[in-house]
Amino acid sequence: MADLRTDFLGIKSPNPFWLASAPPTDKEYNVRRAFEAGWGGVVWKTLGEAGPPVVNVNGPRYGVVYGADRRVLGINNIELITDRPLEVNLREIKAVKRDYPDRAMIVSLMVPCEESAWKAILPLVEETGADGIELNCGCPHGMSERGMGAAVGQAPDLIEQITRWCKQTTRMPVIVKLTPNITDIRGPARAAKAGGADAVSLINTVSSITSVNLDTFSPEPSIDGKGSHGGYCGAAVKPIALNMVAEIARDPETHGLPISGIGGVTTWRDAAEFMTLGAGNVQVCTAAMTYGFKIVEEMKSGMSQWMDEKGHSSTSDFIGKAVPNVTDWQYLNLNYVAKAKIDQDACIKCGRCYAACEDTSHQAISMSPDRVFEVMDDECVACNLCVDVCPVEDCITMERMPAGAVDPRTGKVVSDEYANWTSHPNNPAAQAAE
Amino acid sequence: MPSPMTPGISSGRLTAEQIAKNFADLHSAFDPHEAAVAADRCYFCYDAPCITACPTSIDIPLFIRQIQTGTPEAAARTIFEQNILGGMCARVCPTETLCEEACVREAAEGKPVEIGRLQRHATDTLMAQQGHPFTRAAETGKRIAVVGAGPAGLACAHRLAMKGHDVTLYEARPKPGGLNEFGIAAYKTTDDFAAREVQWLMGIGGITQASGTLGEDLSLDGLKAEFDAVFLGVGLGGVNMLRAHGEDREGVRDAVDFIADLRQASDLLDLPVGRNVVVIGGGMTAVDAAVQSKLLGAETVTIAYRRGREQMSASRFEQDLAASYGVRLLFNVMPVAVHEDGIELEYTTTTDGKLVGTGERLSLAADQVFKAIGQTLSLDVGLAMEAGKIAVSGAGRTSMEGVWAGGDCATGGDDLTVTAVAEGRDAAEDIHASLV
Ligand SMILES: Cc1cc2nc3c(=O)[nH]c(=O)nc-3n(C[C@H](O)[C@H](O)[C@H](O)COP(=O)(O)OP(=O)(O)OC[C@H]3O[C@@H](n4cnc5c(N)ncnc54)[C@H](O)[C@@H]3O)c2cc1C
Ligand SMILES: Cc1cc2nc3c(=O)[nH]c(=O)nc-3n(C[C@H](O)[C@H](O)[C@H](O)COP(=O)(O)O)c2cc1C
Ligand code: SF4
Repeated sequence: MADLRTDFLGIKSPNPFWLASAPPTDKEYNVRRAFEAGWGGVVWKTLGEAGPPVVNVNGPRYGVVYGADRRVLGINNIELITDRPLEVNLREIKAVKRDYPDRAMIVSLMVPCEESAWKAILPLVEETGADGIELNCGCPHGMSERGMGAAVGQAPDLIEQITRWCKQTTRMPVIVKLTPNITDIRGPARAAKAGGADAVSLINTVSSITSVNLDTFSPEPSIDGKGSHGGYCGAAVKPIALNMVAEIARDPETHGLPISGIGGVTTWRDAAEFMTLGAGNVQVCTAAMTYGFKIVEEMKSGMSQWMDEKGHSSTSDFIGKAVPNVTDWQYLNLNYVAKAKIDQDACIKCGRCYAACEDTSHQAISMSPDRVFEVMDDECVACNLCVDVCPVEDCITMERMPAGAVDPRTGKVVSDEYANWTSHPNNPAAQAAE
Repeated sequence: MPSPMTPGISSGRLTAEQIAKNFADLHSAFDPHEAAVAADRCYFCYDAPCITACPTSIDIPLFIRQIQTGTPEAAARTIFEQNILGGMCARVCPTETLCEEACVREAAEGKPVEIGRLQRHATDTLMAQQGHPFTRAAETGKRIAVVGAGPAGLACAHRLAMKGHDVTLYEARPKPGGLNEFGIAAYKTTDDFAAREVQWLMGIGGITQASGTLGEDLSLDGLKAEFDAVFLGVGLGGVNMLRAHGEDREGVRDAVDFIADLRQASDLLDLPVGRNVVVIGGGMTAVDAAVQSKLLGAETVTIAYRRGREQMSASRFEQDLAASYGVRLLFNVMPVAVHEDGIELEYTTTTDGKLVGTGERLSLAADQVFKAIGQTLSLDVGLAMEAGKIAVSGAGRTSMEGVWAGGDCATGGDDLTVTAVAEGRDAAEDIHASLV
């Protein structure tokens, strides 16, 4: 049986599945249920400074995007950090950590961008016995307008500053949680590293409006006829998160900086993908909010089955394994030639590949009167659209052309040599270099 | 109190509650949630095979997408543009041999998108609202006689009226609707849907309903003289003969008459049915007569068909439906004689392509015998005929200029409601093209 135990910054947990700082980790009751259900760790819902807590709206705080069959693809929210008193949260954190010493307990924090504010709260957190802290530099709504959350996360110098204050004040490992609402994620990640961060976690939610009510013209979720941009999360944001994780993992300046992967993790497979791109563990929010805590069982069994099948005995065997394969477009092998191939036995004759290729791609699929769909190799550019829209898995596949064969589209012999854009004759830069 | 075991032919074999339950909707209506789930399964195929399989060529993927996106009314318009009796067709079409058989998800998973029920969801939604979805074009001043107010006649009349023509719709029976009103199984069209649908269809305006029987008080020459064009949608009124001894006995009836009585009964508790019923035939009429006898409380019901299961024109779905109600299906038997309380059948075999008796016989108890061996056209108004039907070419053109025909009475197509609608509609388009 594969060993799912992970060690992240010296913080041990029985599996790499943590719950992200959000409603599932807002209070003792939920977190105890989560640990009973088998989650490896939690990042407690973000705490603010002492004093009167923030207030939330009293109307709907979530909006949603559905796929077929009302399957939740993404949720957005306008919730703020915890609205419960600081001392109550601290007391509960301490009690839970005492009862579950083998689970990771991270406390998420967001206080004003002043040294005194950070210095005041850190000893209180330390006193709970928590394993580490996560600095919430990502919340895109409500708090950002008060100069916190994403407002910090979008200003690398502020990230560096607060990280440094924390590192100077506490012995606890410091994880900096990043916002995706920025053009280049490497800036904030480098700043966190410069400030001494032990790790970064990402992504927080993506600024969004999920829908507009066409009767009232209010964005959803609607509060008395008005809406505010919220934070988008769930399966829909996974591709954005994966790319950002990979960018940090392969940036020479931050390579090796531990990463906690967040954003749309819904199944064991998603988690494994994040980890191969360099995440040491993952955090989950929307999937748990959609299906409840029990999904962690599938995540654990799925990942261990896959690890057993692949012969990975521990998670460290595959963490970062995909990072070397993430490259820039200009280095992709232009001598790799493929053609789409339709398995006639598997084909159910829906014709979606035909509509896609004929109307929007390269007119490379033929259709006979009795609905036989075939790829015309002399037109196919291997764009993959037909594969993507085919409802039957593996019915259409991309087959690589062997070296020496002639590509009927270009009339050129397929070469087994690697050649990319940097040396391509059509590249003006390449010609200039000659 | 009579029961299923009461000998002879008797009414009131079941309680009112049992009857109500037995004759409730065969396929219940979708609620909006069920419709949403079912609609999500559609792949929006390119040049979809279901469209090709529908005799009226409804754009099925489009109307399902319209349901999906919360506009069942727009979906209904998509349906009605092709098939004004889309509401009835949603209930009575053998979808398992039409659109749903062609659905790619039938190929993929053996479970097609439930097109029929989705169609009903859309059409019911729109029909529940006030008004008629189409408006008439400016009046053309052309007058057309449509004879027979069944699906073919109704579809033809509606399309002509929509084009601005003035239609007189003649019907021999006291009620319009044709077999929708008098023939279709009661559990497929509940709550007087056939009558409500005709009333809704008439909302287009420009159609005058008139009583009249071609061949009796109406003549084709008279109609031709009075109108700019004539469409015949008179269906198949006659019934084939059994050619067995005792065919004229009291308990022997045409299945279509029995069903017509059933459809018109104000209280099914008063409708008599035999304790032991035998239905001769292998089509939809045979299945409907058998199933409804059972639902009325007959103790045993047998369908006796002279060929094998594969040749039966009732679909496998219909056969299984009958079996699920406890109807026994007997294949390769033909009737020889009807006696006082039973029927004698002979086994058949096919030699040299001809059906012959094997000599081996079988007797079944029978208080009532229903003949469902096909309907015929009894009308003779001087038109060229082919295989017992009015010969037509193109969009329902008969041998006589200015006279069109469609539906069961004309050649071509299966004898189905939806086919009759398609033929009526297409003839209307052809008449329109020839008049303007
Ligand atoms: C018992 C039974 C069950 C069926 N079940 C189904 C089913 O489930 N699904 C399906 O798709 N199809 C079914 N069918 C077939 C379907 O009902 C017919 O194909 C369809 O009704 C044909 O329509 P039509 O307009 O051609 O004829 P009809 O529906 O027969 O209508 C003809 C009309 O013309 C009138 N008429 C006849 N002669 C004259 C005259 N001389 N002058 C004036 N008016 C006249 C008749 O009174 C009638 O109103 C069934 C048929 C039967 C008999
Ligand atoms: C309702 C809600 C409230 C959240 N509150 C916080 C928060 O207080 N602090 C924080 O760091 N992230 C917060 N998040 C962001 C999540 O921790 C997580 O980064 C994000 O949802 C992406 O992960 P997911 O796709 O698994 O949901 C919140 C998310 C949701 C849905
Ligand atoms: S890969 Fe692209 S170009 Fe080739 S057949 Fe598929 S859709 Fe057409």
